[in-house]
Amino acid sequence: MRAALERRRHLLDFAVRSLARRPAKNLGLTAIYALIVFVVGSVMLYGAAIRREATAILASGPEIAAQAMTMGRHEMSRDADVAALKGLRGVRRIEPRLWGYLWDSAGAANYTLMVPPASDGAHAVAKGEAIVGEGVARARKLAPGKMLFLVSPAGKFLKTRVKAVLSSESALVSSDLVLVEESDFRAFFDLPPGVWTDVAITVTNPREVGTVAEKAALKLPGHRFVTRSDMARTAEALFSWREGLTLALVAGAILAFALLAFDKASGLSAEEKREIGILKAIGWETRDVIAAKLFEGGLISGLAFLVGVVAAWIHVFFFSAGLFEPVLKGWATLYPRFPLAPTLDALELATLGMLTVLPYMAAILVPVWRTASADPDAVMR
Amino acid sequence: MRPAASPLRGSTAAAIVFGGLAVFGVGLVAASFLADDAATRRHDAAALVAELALSDVALFTEARYTRNPSLADLHTAFQDGPASLEHFPTASLIVAPRRFPAGRLDAREE
Amino acid sequence: MITLEGVTKIFNQGRHNEVAAVRGVDLTIEDGRVTVLRGPSGSGKTTLLTIVGCLARPTTGRVRIDGEMVSGLPERFLTEVRRRTFGFVFQKFNLIRGLSALDNVVLPALPLGRTHRPLIERAQALLDHFGLADRAGLVVEHLSGGEAQRVAIARAMINDPAVIIADEPTASLDGERVAQFLAIAEDLKRSGKTVLITSHDPRITEAGLVDRLVTMADGRIVEAAP
Repeated sequence: MRAALERRRHLLDFAVRSLARRPAKNLGLTAIYALIVFVVGSVMLYGAAIRREATAILASGPEIAAQAMTMGRHEMSRDADVAALKGLRGVRRIEPRLWGYLWDSAGAANYTLMVPPASDGAHAVAKGEAIVGEGVARARKLAPGKMLFLVSPAGKFLKTRVKAVLSSESALVSSDLVLVEESDFRAFFDLPPGVWTDVAITVTNPREVGTVAEKAALKLPGHRFVTRSDMARTAEALFSWREGLTLALVAGAILAFALLAFDKASGLSAEEKREIGILKAIGWETRDVIAAKLFEGGLISGLAFLVGVVAAWIHVFFFSAGLFEPVLKGWATLYPRFPLAPTLDALELATLGMLTVLPYMAAILVPVWRTASADPDAVMR
Repeated sequence: MRPAASPLRGSTAAAIVFGGLAVFGVGLVAASFLADDAATRRHDAAALVAELALSDVALFTEARYTRNPSLADLHTAFQDGPASLEHFPTASLIVAPRRFPAGRLDAREE
Repeated sequence: MITLEGVTKIFNQGRHNEVAAVRGVDLTIEDGRVTVLRGPSGSGKTTLLTIVGCLARPTTGRVRIDGEMVSGLPERFLTEVRRRTFGFVFQKFNLIRGLSALDNVVLPALPLGRTHRPLIERAQALLDHFGLADRAGLVVEHLSGGEAQRVAIARAMINDPAVIIADEPTASLDGERVAQFLAIAEDLKRSGKTVLITSHDPRITEAGLVDRLVTMADGRIVEAAP
């Protein structure tokens, strides 16, 4: 037992010594490896954190949003539609919502203009007043008391005084909001009274959401009903591994790993073969040689993984994934500044670990095993 | 002349490096969790969501279907044509809603 | 005692470049003696050496060590026999570049799982014995030919094997080093080791310490004295 442990330790010693013989090459390899792990790890951690944050915050949102549709496109809902829903059983509250998008050339960003629901006292605004999100405040350098001028595409002008700026704690959901009074909103967008963007439905029993949605669909066949689980699913799908940029990144990383592994697997250099022959000749078994080589591979990939993941953690949770901001912003000038809560998805990290370490070690195994199994007398020649 | 007092064994050096990194990593993660006040923060944000009846995060304000993906029209991504390429960079980060919500436009079985 | 019975070794069997390096050799190597295999290059002496030392298997024939048949053993057991019985000194020394003399000496002992401190001390003692105490930490590229050979011999002895095999040990050495090597061989013999050397160097073949001189030509033994 003791000998078996000591043997492994000796082989590990040898592996480290072996790697230390070419410090520049091996450190460089580890660094590149670690960089790949860093990028993929950052995406994973960031994605997990955002998803968790979004899902947690949005859990208190409306259970159903009802939208009128014409030819597959969004259409304004009317008072009559709202009235039709009021009679539904299982519904606690019907709140028609008024909101829309506005491109602001002064701030070169898209805002979401919104009228706070009548039931919301905390964010009530009077005519000529506005409450803005922290992103808008940054884009237009606003503070409570300052004036905010907006121009609609039709040329309508809106002059408001900033009443308050929404906290950065809620930035993730409110960064681009501009809350204004209803008549200001309608005048600005040229909307007659009695039309609404959509209708928010709160149900008495959350488990009845599906049923309520079905019944509502019968009442308003031209509407579609987006449930909270749909919204939650969308939040969950943010940074989904299977789509878009994230997939491209992960695929790129897998490709990079594969290249590294292929380089290893395509064969050993003459020097390496000679060394294996010598080790066999002086009494090493095939399994000793393989163990030593696997240790070498494990040291490199293991170190790369640890360094990459630790760096990714620091990047995402201490620097708010600053390196990703340009990518995530896309063309939107507005990007919410909000703190990210640390989230550790052990399964994802374990997957990344296996992806980093196993293919590399497997790729080492093949050529080493082939060379090490041969009769070592070739070394005599 | 004997070599200097036994240089560090390779396995010991490896253990120190890996162990050190692991300890540092675990400490880092622990510190992050301990310093985190997510509960209070989320409470404020959740309250806002409830009051204003919000449905999506404000991460990608480039286009309609990136700002409120859960409420996006079924066709906005293809508004210029069925085979049109994606306009907005951030639309590659988020997924179009898969399930068509209840209503006459529902194209599949619930 | 090592016995070879009807040993033949054919390379590339069945192909156009088939060559029989060793043909029907019967040989006995006695314990505690110095045996020298002599012959021109191509005579098969190096191949025979690899078969005696269990580095290669014979195509036909049998190899026995102290009566036990070893030529038919699976690789795992063959390696076990090899590491416990034989220590090799290769013609080109075959030290691992980038590692120090001390690291090279302990190599054969690493897979055996011996405790670290005693192993290092034994390796150091061996190097001291060969006058290389202050070279122990140097990488082997920085050693002279004679020093490298002595490191190779020290390595061959780390596991205290019963048989030391040396292939053309004086091929790259000058007169003074040859004498040094002979002194080492004498020393080994005195401590009860069996020594097997291949050489066509008359300074070896005609040395006094040689107990048995076996001449090979064309894969066969043509003469064995005594």
